[in-house]
Amino acid sequence: MARVDIDNVVKRYGTVQVVHGVSTAIEDGEFVILVGPSGCGKSTLLRMIAGLEHVSGGTVSIDGEVVNDVAPKDRNIAMVFQNYALYPHMTVAQNMAFSLKLAGVSRQEMQAKVGNAARTLGLETLLDRFPGQLSGGQRQRVAMGRAIVRDPEVFLFDEPLSNLDAKLRVQMRAEIKALHQRLKTTTIYVTHDQVEAMTMADRIVVMRDGIIEQVGTPLDLYDTPANLFVAGFLGSPTMNFIEGRIEGGRFLNDDGVSIAAPGGLPEAPVIAGIRPNLVGLADKGSPFEVLVVEPTGAETQLVLQAGKTQLVALVQGRVALQPGASVGITFDPAGLHLFDRRTGTRLPQMSPS
Amino acid sequence: MTKKPSLYFSASQVTMVRLVWMTVAAILALMIIFPLLWMTSISFKTAQDAFSPTLLPASPTFGNFTYVITEVPFVRYMANSLFVSATVTVVALFFHSMAGYALARLRFPGRELIFLAIFSTLLVSLPVIIVPLFIIVRAMGMLNTYAGIIVPSIFNAFGIFLLRQYYLSLPREIEEAAVIDGAGYWRIYWSVILPLSKPILAALAILFFLANWNAFLWPLTVASDQDLWVVQVGIANFKSEYSAAWNYMMAASTIVAIPTLVLFLIFQRQIMDSIKTSGLK
Repeated sequence: MARVDIDNVVKRYGTVQVVHGVSTAIEDGEFVILVGPSGCGKSTLLRMIAGLEHVSGGTVSIDGEVVNDVAPKDRNIAMVFQNYALYPHMTVAQNMAFSLKLAGVSRQEMQAKVGNAARTLGLETLLDRFPGQLSGGQRQRVAMGRAIVRDPEVFLFDEPLSNLDAKLRVQMRAEIKALHQRLKTTTIYVTHDQVEAMTMADRIVVMRDGIIEQVGTPLDLYDTPANLFVAGFLGSPTMNFIEGRIEGGRFLNDDGVSIAAPGGLPEAPVIAGIRPNLVGLADKGSPFEVLVVEPTGAETQLVLQAGKTQLVALVQGRVALQPGASVGITFDPAGLHLFDRRTGTRLPQMSPS
Repeated sequence: MTKKPSLYFSASQVTMVRLVWMTVAAILALMIIFPLLWMTSISFKTAQDAFSPTLLPASPTFGNFTYVITEVPFVRYMANSLFVSATVTVVALFFHSMAGYALARLRFPGRELIFLAIFSTLLVSLPVIIVPLFIIVRAMGMLNTYAGIIVPSIFNAFGIFLLRQYYLSLPREIEEAAVIDGAGYWRIYWSVILPLSKPILAALAILFFLANWNAFLWPLTVASDQDLWVVQVGIANFKSEYSAAWNYMMAASTIVAIPTLVLFLIFQRQIMDSIKTSGLK
């Protein structure tokens, strides 16, 4: 096990810079998820840690040792790829044993390690099959087995679940999490799926356009997003953003929204963010028109509009509303996030209780 | 073929169309097969009979075969052809797959230029370069040697080109996984790339073997020593300026055709076997 330090890392392809001086530290045994939209540099960063991409500037250290010029095989890492990247001409057992074979491990030890990994992942009965004869979930397990047998100090996952169907993804998510809890190996996991990030990570690193937007535990990021991007990226359904201003200790906008704001804020144009589940229905609230009603059984999602302001509300249970109906809306002031309208950064305020 | 009744055509119309296609296919097949049958037929005829228009020989004889095998060093020609073709095929595939892999995956300055240079040789056919090639081979002292027949045949842009395109289509991640598993270039080539190229190597092996088995002009040019003659040169030798022993030529051609057929049958199965689903989605 080891900690990974990323210090001011830059990646350039020719004259195009795609990662702009990123720094973060991953503690020993931690499960860290790099998340962001496609093209944000998260996979590139992971590949630089793996040694598959050259580091153009800055340093990557594993266990305190700079590994910029160390070959991937000598970094003591293992990687799981998005499309599994199993060797099609080798059986499951041979796939898992390949790295041990190259390292010159004895036959008995090889069999013992492959056997152990197969037991951990429930692959014992599949050891003689070829990858082409396995289902997507089984292939993903073999790819993980290939990583486990090496007993690496750091696990790297590059969007390992995006080729699986939704149900299998949920199941594999739990398996990977359980595996990490058992092995306690430092893990860096790349995904564009914020649900994966929220549910699996000890800490999340949110990236955009080659820089880190925010680092923190899932709930920290959910409760106090540093800027509009992080606020909008994490959480489903997406946070509502309402343009307005601070006036007399309240957030107001032209379409009748009025929410009590924390004290001590200058009167200025702002963007308010409020999660759909903190938007409530009440007779005496701001009047909105119902556009869409989406019942999911346990809860109902409503799309609402007043003037130019559009909102999504997620209410528990069922509501007897039809599109076109008028409804009053209240907002939970404790869940109010305020962002500077110009820079998009979170306004300094008391953290919501 | 779908068993579902067509919405637009009646059953009889479908049968009709199928019959027409079958007839066309049968005619095409006959056109391909007829020369082979004719060749086999003549090889069993006597010299007087050789020009008779019947497909079945009036008095079938094995005499032609006996003559070809015993009176002429035809077995020697066969052995030469086999040796030359097999060597060229194996050596060429080995080098071509390495060159193709390097051109597809390794980054080095001038890679595209080298590839273009190799590719451009496809535009030049053998008769165009046969004189300079002969001079070079003579300068290297390889006239009348196996090396003289084999070495110039090994270079072939077609194989390199085809393999390079194939390697470009292989998912890079398999190689990256191998890099992380601790494999170097050679190991990746040998343990991952080569096994994955089995289908295309089998196809190329057939093409190379047949091309060299059927090679005539270059072996004729470079080897005047009769001990080094390949079968095609041997067959041509039955034909002189004023006469041709067609019955012997056809018997020899029949013998020569057998190994190619066998080879095709063997490799055909292997090609089928090799087309397995890859480990990727």
